[in-house]
Amino acid sequence: MESLEQIKIRLEAAVPGAQVEILSNDSPSAQRSLLPDRAHAFAVARFLRDDPQLCLDYCSNVTGVDWPEMEISLKVKVKKVIEGVEKEVEEVTKTLRPGFLEVVYHLYSMAMKHGPLILRVRTGNRHDQVQMPSFTPVWRSCEFQEREVYDLFGVVFDGHPDLRRILMWDEFKDHPMRKDYCEPDDYEYEPTPHDDVLEKAKRHPSAEVTP
Amino acid sequence: MIEEGLKNELAKQGVVLTTLQELYNWGRGNSVWPLSFGLACCAIEMMAASMAKWDIARFGSEVFRPSPRQADLMIVAGTVTKKMAPQVVRLYNQMPEPKYVIAMGACAISGGPFKQGYNVLKGIDRLLPVDIHIPGCPPRPEALLHALITLQKKIETQALTGPNRPRHLDAAAPSEFPVPEFGEHDIVPAMNPRLWKPTPVVR
Amino acid sequence: MSIVTASPVPRNYEVIPKTSLDGSELDGELLEVAMGPQHPSTHGVFRMDVVLDGETVVKLKPVFGYLHRNHEKIAENTSYLGSMPYTDRLDYFCSLTNNWAYALAVERLAGLQVPERAEFIRIITAELTRLQNHTSVCGFLLQDMGALGTPLMYAFREREKILDLFEALTGARMMCNYMRFGGCRCDLPPGWLDRVRKIVDDFPRFLDSYEALLNTNEILLARTQGVGRLPRALAISAGITGPMLRACGVDYDIRKVDHYGIYDRFEFRIPLGEHGDVYDRYMIRLLEIRESLKILQQALKAVPGGPVIDPKAKLRGFRPKAGEAYGRIEGPKGELGFYLISDGSPNPYRYRVRPPSLINLTILEDMCLGQSVADAVVTLGSVDIVLGEVDR
Ligand code: SF4
Repeated sequence: MESLEQIKIRLEAAVPGAQVEILSNDSPSAQRSLLPDRAHAFAVARFLRDDPQLCLDYCSNVTGVDWPEMEISLKVKVKKVIEGVEKEVEEVTKTLRPGFLEVVYHLYSMAMKHGPLILRVRTGNRHDQVQMPSFTPVWRSCEFQEREVYDLFGVVFDGHPDLRRILMWDEFKDHPMRKDYCEPDDYEYEPTPHDDVLEKAKRHPSAEVTP
Repeated sequence: MIEEGLKNELAKQGVVLTTLQELYNWGRGNSVWPLSFGLACCAIEMMAASMAKWDIARFGSEVFRPSPRQADLMIVAGTVTKKMAPQVVRLYNQMPEPKYVIAMGACAISGGPFKQGYNVLKGIDRLLPVDIHIPGCPPRPEALLHALITLQKKIETQALTGPNRPRHLDAAAPSEFPVPEFGEHDIVPAMNPRLWKPTPVVR
Repeated sequence: MSIVTASPVPRNYEVIPKTSLDGSELDGELLEVAMGPQHPSTHGVFRMDVVLDGETVVKLKPVFGYLHRNHEKIAENTSYLGSMPYTDRLDYFCSLTNNWAYALAVERLAGLQVPERAEFIRIITAELTRLQNHTSVCGFLLQDMGALGTPLMYAFREREKILDLFEALTGARMMCNYMRFGGCRCDLPPGWLDRVRKIVDDFPRFLDSYEALLNTNEILLARTQGVGRLPRALAISAGITGPMLRACGVDYDIRKVDHYGIYDRFEFRIPLGEHGDVYDRYMIRLLEIRESLKILQQALKAVPGGPVIDPKAKLRGFRPKAGEAYGRIEGPKGELGFYLISDGSPNPYRYRVRPPSLINLTILEDMCLGQSVADAVVTLGSVDIVLGEVDR
């Protein structure tokens, strides 16, 4: 398969207006990914499937990932003039990374037997801009997996033929795979020496009964 | 009451004496028909127990009935999820008395390895009265056979009259239990307080 | 049996038409049947909401979630190694291949090497798993067709022999929890390879008798040929993998495509079907058993000595660098993949299982439309699902 850089160049030529970013991956697997902008994501997906050189006709895996708001502290070395002397000072800049939901698609080609190409799409935020285009019209295999992402993460896929909850019941309100999901506390107290369990037991309703 | 020694003597001569209660329980105990109802991994071991190597038929329980109306025993074999819990209770309610429940495996007892799950019911005894618990993940088929034998012993000791009589002979005993409903965050009610109470925390 | 058309509405896989069912275009009343979650032929707690016109399926919606055990959420709250026993419980027929897929993903993530001996052990255990899975699936499929008991009994008899091997090796019959990142948990017990050899040598005899009894059986042919057909293009688009895909004639086996492990050293063929119907799927599985036996024969001859785990692999305090990795293997049911995102902490930030059983069900409705409800049961049986993996 071509390198991601080549794909990016061809993509941007083929889909006018698309902005594609390449995300790096420092782990030994070195599986990098493409991040197109949301508005053109559908056209990008269609291109990846139909392009005769890539022919990514098989979408293997659809994963939702929750990235809550996070403070990122960066240490930067800055040169500063302090009392007339130029010194190198370490400054910590804190930035608030806004939260978003991300859906990761692993694409392969059954015809050319190559892959994976990793495609990511991000939502605007985690509350009211959770829409993104559905890729089910491009790859049918996304149908159930996107329903699952909708169910567990709350990403709304525009253009999905049948977007309903898949694993939880219909009346269920939460999106349990989000990092800030709080599950109903229906544990029993377990006499194990783990601190977590003790913490949990403190919150337990029966803890209030016994003094 | 005939004494044991005389009974044995007579049995040697081919005369079998018994009481109605013994005969009744003997018949019941050796023809426990389980509901063929598998929930998860443990169900595979339940199936293995009914196959040639373990042959549950030796204990009179090879007739797995797919319909609850014909079954005497519910083997809760596997993880009961909250989505499945109402159906499990409904199936139990549809079984005719006398009926028994075996909780097979760690999941059915307490949620087991999946206890931390948001969709996992932490033990079927929150909703149903359980007669026998089998620990293990999964319990071996031998363990299921052992549970069945234990259940047979339990049936044998049940008197036909008196306070120890089985539920089906006691008109006041409940035979159906409330079916929980799907709520917005959990099933409601999450447990049956008549059957199960959380263990008080002692520190 | 004549071949029924797959669908009343011409189905294009790009635009999924909703079958409009107000009843006006069909005479007679429609009957809605909820098959499951407790049903003898849905292989666990799977539910199909079927709309029937007489005997004919006009709509079929699978309903999942009755065994949703929150595997992914639990895995995100535990260490990498802590999830290994949970992978056993995904597809509880094939715990060893699940272990392997997970270990593979973590090895990619952390850059671990697997010693030669461990690779051989992995292949032997994985192929044994495939053997017992395919045998039991064929038994279940026949049970769905009404051959109650007998074929399944025979299948389980063979399965038990393989489970005894697993028990000798790992201590557990079903939940093996055997592989570790960078190798395997323990070395082979003495005499184990000879026991495997004996079973591998004996297996063809069982297979021959099984096939002689069934393959040309009139009823089996009538119930399976032309039933549940799946067009090739739809299969690819819907991400079908494993024997189901190959029954449609698509040559795609991850053992050959990715060469993970040391599969490139062995000689084996990929059986391909032609029609993509239930019969082809059944035959593909039987043929794959024979190919697995070939791999086993070759592997058993060549098991080298040496360690079974990478000495550098850390079991405690394991913290891979931040990053992500996707690892996949050809499980008995199809492509089983694990996708892991690490943020440098001891727990994975995101842990995702790519469940072949769930994705193979995408086209269940397409395969069943226009057929009788009894054929829908057979079609479902031929997909080979395990609910632990469908719902996770
Ligand atoms: S106890 Fe273990 S084997 Fe049984 S259902 Fe639960 S996880 Fe599966």
